[in-house]
Amino acid sequence: MWADTEPWRLAAARRESADTVTLGLEPPAPFVFDPGQFNMLYAAGIGEVPISISGDPGQRTRILHTIRDVGAVTHALCATPPGTEIGVRGPYGSHWPLHTAEGGDLIIVAGGIGLPPLRPAIYQALRHRDRYQRLVLLYGARTPRDLLFTGELARWRGRFDLTVEVTVDVGDRDWRGNVGVVPDLIGRVTFEPGTATAFMVGPEIMMRFTVRALLERGVPEDRVFLSMERNMQCAAALCGHCQLGPFLLCRDGPVLSYRQLARWISLREI
Amino acid sequence: MPQTLEPLLRGHAFFAGLDPEYLPLIAGCAKNTVFPAGRFAFREGDPADMFLLIRDGMLALEVAAPGRGPITVQTLTVGDVAGFSWLIERHHRWQFDGRVIERIRAVELDGACLRGKCAADPELGYELMRRFAVLATDRLQATRLQLLDVYGHVG
Repeated sequence: MWADTEPWRLAAARRESADTVTLGLEPPAPFVFDPGQFNMLYAAGIGEVPISISGDPGQRTRILHTIRDVGAVTHALCATPPGTEIGVRGPYGSHWPLHTAEGGDLIIVAGGIGLPPLRPAIYQALRHRDRYQRLVLLYGARTPRDLLFTGELARWRGRFDLTVEVTVDVGDRDWRGNVGVVPDLIGRVTFEPGTATAFMVGPEIMMRFTVRALLERGVPEDRVFLSMERNMQCAAALCGHCQLGPFLLCRDGPVLSYRQLARWISLREI
Repeated sequence: MPQTLEPLLRGHAFFAGLDPEYLPLIAGCAKNTVFPAGRFAFREGDPADMFLLIRDGMLALEVAAPGRGPITVQTLTVGDVAGFSWLIERHHRWQFDGRVIERIRAVELDGACLRGKCAADPELGYELMRRFAVLATDRLQATRLQLLDVYGHVG
């Protein structure tokens, strides 16, 4: 719910791609969140948007938010100079059920701007690496120029305990990696479907196709989790803009299991 | 003692679950092959007389566009199959350039040889056609998804 809170200070801004920026915000007091949760960020005089937290949950004094510049509010946030104060309320929403994945393989699937909301879960899984069997990250973007966190991806690729596969829809002259769509990566990596848990964020069409690929390999419906990021406005389950079937995504989501979502995700009427 | 390629065929994902009695027949049309990085495994417009079961490496399916250079449509890697034009009547020409990104180790199958065996054994023909139909459908679905440009801005 709304409460009077002190503004946060923008300590640093880092450009990730032509249209995406990561803001490092300093809260007035140590801030605790779970991987997958989001904050409402307020650009003074313009408006408020829900933005997933993209940093390490172990870091409580500088909280990262990765923002794609797609509208008036996100444009203002992306252009905010360091030192500025920003309104923040949160954290809101459900989180990635990392405990569900313990003991089995964890498959993390990201498309486009879907990698930032998954990055806290990756940090958490790497911090407690011994709790999981295989750890797999599958990531797709439109072009190589749209890939986020490229330095970190390169470091993760170098780890022997993390499988990283990256693909783009359209390559360029310098790209020597995969060209193709994210669902095709599901068939290319080794994991044990019966014990695997999958976390996924990306465009809904990509997620629907990727879910099919996972289910075809035998991953159970209740072990596939999606973050649904539809039109959230109040983040307090009051306005109803983010309703999807019986769910208010700001309260019940954004992370829900495919078993919960299966009936609703493909309905064009909602 | 001559080596047979049956174990390589049996171990490739494309032939998973195939009746083992067909493996010697198919192996009779197969040879082991390697393509160094930077080479073309095949060129657009050339007769498509073979297909590749990729065992290692990476192959880019490219099309050359005037003023834009080569555009990669898809990459293929271990466990993938390159080429189904050999099977389609009146279509036996490569539709794309196949440029080797990382050294390819593959089993190359002779299309004319295999078509002859399929004609003589309709059950084998059906089995191969069924597998290539799945492959072609998967590629079609992936292409549709690429065309949707799902990462683009809305509006």
